[in-house]
Amino acid sequence: MKTALQQVFHSRKFVTGFAIFMAILLTVFLYPLIIQDEPLAILGQGNFFPPGIYVNIYDSIHSKSYVLNLKDAASKRIGKILTDQSRQDIKEWLVSYGVPEDQIDINDTESLLSQWEENYDSSISLPGMTFAKQRYFQRLDESVNGLLSSEGVVISEVNQETGNLDQTNTIDQSEYVHINEVANVRILPLGTDNFGRDVLTELVKATGVSLKIGLIAGVVATLIGLTLGLLSGYVGGLVDDIIMFVTNLFTVIPSFVLLILISFSIGQDNRGATTIAVVIGLTSWVWTARAVRSQVISLRNRDHVNLSKLSGHSTAHIILNDILPYIASYVVMALILQVSSAILSEASLSILGLGPRTTEVPTLGLMMNWAMIYQAHILGKWWAYFPVIVVIALITFSMNLMNTGLDQVFNPTLRD
Amino acid sequence: MAEEKKPCLCGSGLTKIYGTGVQKNVAVDHVDFDCCQNEVISIVGESGSGKTTLAKMLLGLTKPTEGEIYFQGKKRDISNMKKKKEYWKRIQAIFQDPYSSFNTFNKIDAVLLDCIAMRNGKKYTRAKKIEIMEEACCFVNLEFDELTNKYPFELSGGQMQRLMIARVFILKPEILIADEPTSMIDACSRATILEMLMKLRKEIGMTIIFITHDIGLAYYISDTVFIMERGKIVESGPAEQVILHPKEEYTRRLISDVPKIHEEWDLSSVKYG
Repeated sequence: MKTALQQVFHSRKFVTGFAIFMAILLTVFLYPLIIQDEPLAILGQGNFFPPGIYVNIYDSIHSKSYVLNLKDAASKRIGKILTDQSRQDIKEWLVSYGVPEDQIDINDTESLLSQWEENYDSSISLPGMTFAKQRYFQRLDESVNGLLSSEGVVISEVNQETGNLDQTNTIDQSEYVHINEVANVRILPLGTDNFGRDVLTELVKATGVSLKIGLIAGVVATLIGLTLGLLSGYVGGLVDDIIMFVTNLFTVIPSFVLLILISFSIGQDNRGATTIAVVIGLTSWVWTARAVRSQVISLRNRDHVNLSKLSGHSTAHIILNDILPYIASYVVMALILQVSSAILSEASLSILGLGPRTTEVPTLGLMMNWAMIYQAHILGKWWAYFPVIVVIALITFSMNLMNTGLDQVFNPTLRD
Repeated sequence: MAEEKKPCLCGSGLTKIYGTGVQKNVAVDHVDFDCCQNEVISIVGESGSGKTTLAKMLLGLTKPTEGEIYFQGKKRDISNMKKKKEYWKRIQAIFQDPYSSFNTFNKIDAVLLDCIAMRNGKKYTRAKKIEIMEEACCFVNLEFDELTNKYPFELSGGQMQRLMIARVFILKPEILIADEPTSMIDACSRATILEMLMKLRKEIGMTIIFITHDIGLAYYISDTVFIMERGKIVESGPAEQVILHPKEEYTRRLISDVPKIHEEWDLSSVKYG
C-alpha cells in the first residue's frame, strides 16, 4: 500500500494533475474565508462591468489631496479620450464637411479641436452618414468639449436651509488622492456578470458546487456500476444475464438523452444541485459496470480465489477480500473519470437550461447559461464566460492527468 | 499397502463441456475413475488433456456438465455453503502456481489463521493459534518468526509452496489434490516439496491425488496411475504395470518424452500441430 502510494506520487503526470486539482480545491475552501460576500449578491447596477479596480468618486473627493505636477498628465487625459481612431474620425467628418484635407493635421491636438469646434454642428447630417454614425459624432463632441481647459472642477453642495448651491471645494487638475486613503475601493478581478454579481466570488462558489455535483454523481455511478459489475461478474449465470440485459439497454440509449428527459420531467422547482447530481449518477454507471464485470470474470478463476473458497469463505467475503482489492486501482481510476465527466454533464445540461434551479447556488454550467442568455459572447464580455471555461477545462484536465498517471503506475506496460 | 482398500473418491461419467455450438470444447469426456484410501494416485497427461478441469470438479470448484462424484461411497452433496465447507474440511488442494495462489493483500498469518478457524472454529486463544502456526511452519522447514507480518509475495516460489503444505498440515484433510505442485519451482526445491508431501501423508494418513505431466515423477511416487488424453482416461492401473508395460501408444510417447541424462533424447515421437 505504502509503496503503491510512493509510486503514484513519483508519476509526473499524476503529480501535475494532483497539484492543479488541489490548487482548485484549496481556492474553493480558502476564498470564502477571505472574501465573505454572498456569492449571489448583486453588487453592480447594470450588467457586465469590466474587470478592474473600482474607486469610489464620492470618497475620493473627500479624501486628502496631494498635488503632483506631472508633465504628461494633460496629454494622457487628452489621449484617453482623443484616441488615434477618434482623431481619424474627426478628420473624416471635417473632410466630408468641406474643410480642405491638407489643412488638417491630426497630430496637432489644439488646431484639430479648434477646427472641430468651429465647424461641428450636431444638427447637420452629412450625406451618406448613418444615424448611428451621427450619434457617434454627437457623443464624441460631448466628450471633447472642454478637454483643453485647465480650470479645476468646482464641488458644490446644496445648502439645506437656503436651498442654494454652496461652493465647498475646487479640485485642480493636478490633485491626486492616495488609493489607500479612499475608504471604498473594490477590486473586481473578473468584473461583474449580467446581474451585476462579482464574477470571481460567484465562480469560486460555482466551482465548489460543481465539484460537489461531480463527486456525488461519480460516487453514485461508481457504486452502482461496481455492485452490478461485481455481482454479474462473480456470480455469473442468470444473474449475469439479467444484469447485462439491463446494462445493454442503458448502453444503447444515449445516457445524455436519458438525462435530459429525466431532468425535464423532474421539473424546474424540484431540481436542486443534489438531485441533478444523483440523476447524472443514475445515468452514467453503465461503463463502470461493464468494465468491472470483465475484470472480475478474469479474476474469479484465479487460484487465490479458489484457495479462498477452499478456506471456507463466503461469497461476500471473497468478493470483498479477494476480488475488490485487485480491481481497486481500476475502480479509483474509473471514479476519477466519472467525476470529471459528471462535471461536464452538469455543464452541458445547464447550458440547455435543464440544470439545477437558478435561485440558490451557482454552478459552472449555470454561469455559462447566464452568460449565453445575456449574449456575453456576442457583446465581447469575455470575463463572464471565459474564466468558467478555463475552470471546467482545468478540472477535467487535472483529473484526466491523474487518471493517466495512475494508469501508468498500475499498468506498467503502458509506460512510455 | 497392506490395508483394506476402501473407496474414497469416485467419479462416474464425469464430463465438462465449455462453451456451446462452434466453440464447444469438451475438456473432460466421460471419465470414470475411483481411488482408494491411503493411496497415491497420479493423473498424468500433457497440457490441455483436462487434468486440471478434472481436479477442479473433484474439488467442487466447477460443476460437472454430466456425471456424478461419490465421496466415501455416498453421492457428494455440496448444494449449499455449509455443506461445501464441510466437504472442504475433508478435501484440500495445492495449486500449480504458488505465485498466484495467495491473495497478495493478505498477510501470511491470515492464510494460516483461516485454516485454523476452518478446522476448529474460533475457540482457540491467540497463544494456542500461534503454537499451531509455529508447529505447521516447523513441519515444512519454515521459521514462523520470519514469516509473520510478511506478505506472500516476499517469499520465494519454493517457500510459498511449502506454506501451502503448511496449510494442508493444519487442516489435515482426508484427500489432498495436488495439481502440479512442483512444476513451477526449480529441481532442488522440487525434491524437498515431494518429500514433504510424502512425510505429511505418513503423518496424517491421507489420500493424495497427484496431477502431473511428468510420468517419471508419477512412477516415483504413486501407487495407481491414470493416463489422460484429450479429456479421456486411456490407461489406468498400478504404476509399475502402466509405466513398465504400457499398452497405449500415448503412454509410450509420454514415457519416451521424459529426458534422460545418459541417453540420446528420443524426439522421433514428437508430433507437430
